[in-house]
Order: sequence, then structure tokens, then C-alpha cells
Amino acid sequence: MQSFKKSVFVALWFMFLTFPLLVVRVNTLKGEVEWRWMNMLWVGIVFFILSYVWRAALERKGQKKANNLDEDGEEILGFRQRLFQDPVIYRKVIAAVLIAAVIFPFVFSSYQINIMVLALIFVVLGLGLNITVGLAGLLDLGYVAFFGIGAYSYALLNTLYGWNFWFCLPIGGLVGALFGVLLGFPILRLRGDYLAIVTLGFGSIAKIVFENWDGLFKGASGIANIERPGFFGLEMSLEQSTIYTYFLMVLMVIFTVFVVNRLKDSRIGRAWMALREDEIACVAMGIDMARTKLSAYAFGAFWAGLAGVIFSARNTYINPNSFTFMESAIVLSIVVLGGMGSIIGVIIAALALILMPEYLRAFADYRMLAFGGIMVLMMIFRPQGLISDVRRKYDLSALQKKKEAKT
Amino acid sequence: MSVLLEVKGLTMDFGGLRAVDSVGLEVRQGEIVALIGPNGAGKTTFFNCVTGIYTPTGGDVLVHPPGKKTRRINGLKPNVITTTGMARTFQNIRLFPNMTVLENVMIGRHCRTTTNIIGAVLRGKRTRAQERETIEKSYRLLEKVGLAELAGEFANNLPYGAQRRLEIARAMATDPFLLLLDEPAAGMNPQETHELDALIVRIRNEGNMSILLIEHDMKLVMNISDRIYVMEYGKEIAKGTPQEIRNNPKVIEAYLGEEVHA
Ligand SMILES: Nc1ncnc2c1ncn2[C@@H]1O[C@H](COP(=O)(O)OP(=O)(O)OP(=O)(O)O)[C@@H](O)[C@H]1O
Ligand SMILES: [Mg+2]
Repeated sequence: MQSFKKSVFVALWFMFLTFPLLVVRVNTLKGEVEWRWMNMLWVGIVFFILSYVWRAALERKGQKKANNLDEDGEEILGFRQRLFQDPVIYRKVIAAVLIAAVIFPFVFSSYQINIMVLALIFVVLGLGLNITVGLAGLLDLGYVAFFGIGAYSYALLNTLYGWNFWFCLPIGGLVGALFGVLLGFPILRLRGDYLAIVTLGFGSIAKIVFENWDGLFKGASGIANIERPGFFGLEMSLEQSTIYTYFLMVLMVIFTVFVVNRLKDSRIGRAWMALREDEIACVAMGIDMARTKLSAYAFGAFWAGLAGVIFSARNTYINPNSFTFMESAIVLSIVVLGGMGSIIGVIIAALALILMPEYLRAFADYRMLAFGGIMVLMMIFRPQGLISDVRRKYDLSALQKKKEAKT
Repeated sequence: MSVLLEVKGLTMDFGGLRAVDSVGLEVRQGEIVALIGPNGAGKTTFFNCVTGIYTPTGGDVLVHPPGKKTRRINGLKPNVITTTGMARTFQNIRLFPNMTVLENVMIGRHCRTTTNIIGAVLRGKRTRAQERETIEKSYRLLEKVGLAELAGEFANNLPYGAQRRLEIARAMATDPFLLLLDEPAAGMNPQETHELDALIVRIRNEGNMSILLIEHDMKLVMNISDRIYVMEYGKEIAKGTPQEIRNNPKVIEAYLGEEVHA
């Protein structure tokens, strides 16, 4: 009832606010005022419904929080959580996804495969940034710089010296990591807003350098005729090459997930998380802050470098416009939407954010609007992201038994 | 008994405020030493200087790790000091809230383990053995402080008293020869304080660790300390055995003659 009253009030308020715009119209030709009362009615109805749904959703959210605890105070795992913890379901899902991934290029057109490759590149970017932002808690608004650096590394090495893709792939990653360390040094002591500003600046500087250093980077016109990924010198048609790049990218994603997952559950990953949780406690427990921060930046940047190399090989042409703040923002949104620190969440968010706009071209004009709306809704209803990070369960049964034997 | 920590003339200024004014202190092997004083006396600041959170304005902090050579640690980074063998807890609890209880303790093992990025990715035999050892040691420490049942719980879900004990376990995981505890009993009820009392003595006896603690709970301090230092307004006003401190007129004055007899 309370929410009903409030919704009525909201509706009345909006009717009042929109009154001059939607109801009154001065017809200059006839010199008279038109009163469009119907509009007012519509505004009232629409805003009443919106407000009512909004309140109901908020209320449900509050109730859920209260209900989620059973009598022991243990959290009841939701279906999503079970999905990722129960190994039986988990393996089946992975198998299904892998099969779908293998069939995909033989069912869809090369245009769609190309888009998928791009989406997978963003998956790798998301997973990389997830290390810096999600695990280590270091904001990075200029992540795209490393992506660009990787892309230009391959573009230059290939067009100038003819080095092939496979040789340049690790180089791109390492160059990215090197710049990660370079960015890391000056911002070791910064936190919060300052960190945001400096990393943002770094991203812009990278783009400006690509744009204006005509001698090396060919300026705004970019670098063309970059070689596609090769397979032992085999001649490939355009379509075959697309499929080949696709599978390469699938393997790349698997590789990234494998490595990131292992790091997460290791001494290094725990140090990153501790850094995110409390810097002072972290150093007081004997963790070298400088080294841990630098490794987090470098390792995040490493994946961006790799992704950059593949990006320029897929496009065969790059220019500075692929490396704007927009890309950084998208990758960051992927991490936030997916859930800080959660690998599966990031993958889903990357696919959603890159594929959806491609398939909803009709709404292209509203893309940013929808984007912003989704982010706001997420922050209100699921601030932890689509899938919250599942903490690893350590098997302690052996240790516990030993204790019982002793007593 | 050999001296482990030797602080001479330690001074710390914050702008015009002298929070610690040439304080000297010693902790010997196997001792429980207490540092007491009214609010704002500079006790926590003293800890922060010794553990490297602050760089002291003046004085010397010398550590004599058993079996190793003496080191002057003024101005070294906190992590370096922890690695030499001194670990601390915080007055305003600083756990890693969104990590599990076990993981919190495992972080303490970081400076005693060696796995690097490549080792962590390949996860070879050595890495796995080290990881198992980390888990086992951490779990044993949790048993010691009575938190083993809560190993999988998030640290921020623990009750207050348990959080304090978890901080102690985490500090012990760094294999220190000296534990520095900043008000470990703050916010505990009498029952919990009593248990803590026993725990600290047990750590000293079994763990081969010496302990320096700041505490307001006089009963606990008088019960377990071998020696006590008293600070007021940044200065050291007394030191001695609990008996001597109890009867020291300066200390009685500083505490308005109440709490010392509690
Ligand atoms: N970072 C700082 N900057 C400026 N002044 C500080 C700082 N830290 C502590 N002080 C001041 O130094 C003095 C000593 O503070 P400290 O925290 O060491 O006291 P304490 O003995 O631990 O007190 P309590 O029993 O309340 O914990 C206080 O006056 C405090 O305001
Ligand atoms: Mg204090």
C-alpha cells in the first residue's frame, strides 16, 4: 500500500513536471493554445507503472537478502552458484560450450565469425584487466593503451621486418607487460581518484602518440597490409583464414582462463587479493607492495599485448581510432558487469557487450543510453556483478582427520 | 637471556606534535612485555615506528634475530621488517575482509614461501608441496587460536573476538620471533579476555615467540607480563615488574589511582 501511494505521488509529480512540454502547445498559426490532456494521462499511467515495478523490484531484493540465510546463518547457494560449484553440472556445461564453439564457424557466415573473433578478443582483454582491477583492486582507465601497444608492435615488426605472427605474439605480450611496469612505477603510491586520472592520461597519451608520430606509426592513416596469422606457410583463402583465426582465438581464451585460474589460486593471486583488501595489513604481513603492484599491472598488460597482436592480424589494418577511451571503458564495464574477480562472469559479460550491439544494429543510436542504463541498474541490483567470485574451497578433511587421530 | 628488540631514544614527530619522545624499550627472549599508558600516550605510534609503518624522526631500533646478526631497522619497509621476524596485529582490526579465514592466515605465509608467477602457472611438484604445506601450517595455527571450524568463513563474518584471534594467527604465520599485539583484548568480554590471556601465554611457551603487547585491561597485563613499560604524553614514565608498576606513584597518578588496582 505504501508503495502504491508513493507511486501515485511519483506519477503526479511527473505529470506536473512534463505539463509545460507535453500538454500545453501554442499553435502559432491559429494563435491559440492547445491543451493535450491525453498526454498527461499517458505520462501518469506510464510513470505509475514504472515506479511501481521499480519499488517492487527493490523490495524483492531486500527480502531475498533476508531469506538467503537458513537457520545456521549459512548462505543458501542460488542456482547460479551451484552451477559453478557442482562439478557434475559444471563439466557438462563446459563440454556443451566447447562443442558449440567447435561447431560455430561451420554453421555461421564469415561475417559472424569475424564478430565472434572480436568478442573473444574482448574476453581476453576482460580477463586481463580483471587481474589488475578485479583481483589486485588497482583501477586502470587506460588499459586500451597496452592493447594498442601490442597491436602496433606486431604491425610494425611485420610490415617493416616481415616477422611472422607466431614469433610476434609473445613479443607483443612482453612489450605490453613492459609498458605495464613502466606505467606501474610512477603510480605506485597513488590510490583512488589519482590512480584513475593518471591511468586515464596514460591511455590518452598512447593514442596521441600513435596519432602524431607519423614517421613510425603512420599517424591517423594507420598501418595496412598486416599479415594474417599463418599456419606453417600454408596458403589459405580468406574464409579459411577467418576460421583459422577463430580457432586460434578460442585456444587463446582457453589458455588465458587456464593461466588466470591457476594464478588466482596461488601465492601470487592471494597476494594480489590481499593488496586489494587492505594495503597496510598487506605490507605488515610481509608482502612487497611495489613488486605485487607492478606484477599485477604487468600481468594485466601482458594479455592486452597478446590480444593486440591478434587484433591487428585479424584486421590486417589498424589505426589509432581502435584504441580510444571508449575501448577502455568497454573493457572496464565488462569486468564490472561480469563481477570483479570472476572468470566466468567476465566471459559472459564480454560476449554480451560485444555481440549484442552487433546484432541490435537497429538500436545503434541508443547504444550508449542502454549501456549507461544497464550499468546503473547493475550497481543497484547486483553490485557484485553477474556472477560473484566463487572462493576456492580448500579440502581440509585430511587435516581434520589427523587431528582426531591425535586426540 | 638474549635481547631480541632494543629500542633506544625513539622519537616521532607529527608536525609540531611529539607523539613519542625518546622512548627506550627492550624485549628479551621468551618474555611477555607490556606497554601501557592512557589514551593518546603514543603506544600505537611506537608500534608503527618499530614495524616500519612510520619512519621514526630519531633514535635507533635494533633487532637481534636469534642466530643472525644485528640489524638497525629504522626506515625499512614494513614487509622487510616482518621478514626479519617481527609481526604485529592492529588496534583497529585490519583483516582481509573478503577472503576466507584460512586465506587470511595463508597470506601470512607469503614471505616464507617462494612460488613465482611461472611456478604458479605450471603448478609443478615443488609448488604443490609448498601449497600443501602452507595450507597445513595455516590450519594448525587456526586450531591453536580456536578458529579451525570457521576456516571457510569470510573474515568479515566473524564476531569481534574471533577477528582479534585471527589477526594473531595471521601474524604468527609469518614465523616471527617477536609478536607485537596492539590491544588484543579490546572489545572482548571478560570470558574471552580470560581465554586470550591463556592463549598468549601458550603462544609464548609453545611457539618459541616473545611478545610485546599494548593493553588497557590491567588484569590481563598484570597477570601475564614479565615486565611493563608505562608511557604518558609520549614519554616513558616507568618500567619494571608488575609489582613495581603497581606501587609506582607516578603510574598511579597517571591512571588516577584506579585501574592499576583492578
Ligand atoms: N598519523 C598521525 N598524524 C598526526 N598525529 C598522530 C598520528 N598518529 C597518532 N597521532 C597522535 O599521536 C598521539 C599518540 O597517538 P597513539 O595512537 O599512538 O596513542 P595510543 O597510546 O595508541 O592511544 P590509544 O590507547 O587510544 O590507542 C595522539 O595525540 C595522536 O593524535
Ligand atoms: Mg593505540
